[in-house]
Amino acid sequence: MSPEPMGDLTAAGGHGAVPTEGVPTSTPAPPAAGDRREWPLFEVFVRSRRGLSHTHVGSLHAPDAAMALRNARDVYTRRQEGVSLWVVPAAAITASSPDEKDAFFDPAADKIYRHPTFYDIPEGVEHL
Amino acid sequence: MSGNDLATFQALLDADERVEPRDAMPEGYRKTLVRQIAQHAHSEIIGMQPEGNWITRAPSLRRKAILMAKVQDEAGHGLYLYAAAETLGVDRSELLDLLHSGRQKYSSIFNYPSQTWADIGAIGWLVDGAAIVNQVPLCRCSYGPYARAMVRVCKEESFHQRQGFEILHTLSHGTPAQHEMAQDAVNRWWWPSLMMFGPSDSGEAARGGHTAQSMAWGIKRFSNDELRQRFVDMTVPQAEALGLTLPDPDLRWNEERGSYDFGEIDFTELFEVIKGNGPCNKERLAHRVKAHEDGAWVREAAAAYAEKQAGRVEEGAA
Repeated sequence: MSPEPMGDLTAAGGHGAVPTEGVPTSTPAPPAAGDRREWPLFEVFVRSRRGLSHTHVGSLHAPDAAMALRNARDVYTRRQEGVSLWVVPAAAITASSPDEKDAFFDPAADKIYRHPTFYDIPEGVEHL
Repeated sequence: MSGNDLATFQALLDADERVEPRDAMPEGYRKTLVRQIAQHAHSEIIGMQPEGNWITRAPSLRRKAILMAKVQDEAGHGLYLYAAAETLGVDRSELLDLLHSGRQKYSSIFNYPSQTWADIGAIGWLVDGAAIVNQVPLCRCSYGPYARAMVRVCKEESFHQRQGFEILHTLSHGTPAQHEMAQDAVNRWWWPSLMMFGPSDSGEAARGGHTAQSMAWGIKRFSNDELRQRFVDMTVPQAEALGLTLPDPDLRWNEERGSYDFGEIDFTELFEVIKGNGPCNKERLAHRVKAHEDGAWVREAAAAYAEKQAGRVEEGAA
């Protein structure tokens, strides 16, 4: 059986074949920044058990922090993945830029004497 | 994109490192990911419908609680994926517009109806089983946020597949009528499940087109045909354990290949369903749009409340 070819399709869409041709990736007039219809974005951090730090697990939209916390519980801890949750407005995060990666992290690159393995220790010396 | 940026991007791929949201990336890579992650997310939320349809009619409280948990998981999977897509500079509301207007698609498997309770078993066992085979390699996708979302999704999917298997096992070992119901569901879902992997893309077909580019970018790790074969090989022994047969007279073990041979797939049907001529295309989309519109007042009320609260805090601070 050789059906009419129908553009390109792929199974890569997880739940099965979806078209890859003729599918737009944005609307004709994408909303301008500041004119977003979406609620603000929050980043979600979960402490999986006592004694561990909170770890970033994902993000979600919510109208305010209280709703963000409730939704984060439903989305990210449905299987007891955590004992504590943080939600942080994504807009409040200041990040280093990947463009200046080399220059920004450079000062640490030539200071290998900050690691214990830098030092020569005589054979047989223990607890050091 | 400068030559320098392109070299950095290629170096990440060559080292099998992950590309992260703020890295420079070719526009084609970004668009391919937006398209794929968005349509994956759409599939998750549309996929709630064939199963949600049976929540009120689940045969016991246990089955009802399980089914509700599963449908809730699908909503969660949609959210992880929309969040991953948003890291590529699109808005979730834009993607929903594209779904609602039919310009972006979802997996055609959800355009088939769930006619009996046994269909819920067959969807879990076969449809989620095929999805797992597709999704596990995506956990190693070159784009970090997508790969991380898939790790969460895959952990949760395995419960989905097992609950489906259990439903079919119970029916298959029940009364003759129940056994027949299970067999009928498997008969209807087997071929559409094989089509979930997409058309053949090995041999001649692999040279051009989407698969080759996606593989070069580390988005796709295996061809549609490899994944389909993997699914068949793991499913046939499970069918035997269920006491059900798979509706393919050409299905047999091939000693030489160490795999099962299977019959030719009639992709005409898949293309018809994707074009919009499947049994439930209109219904699924209409239901999705209605749910979105019916929920508008809730979204507006929540936003208005948040605004009012924020105003109060400011007044208090003044």
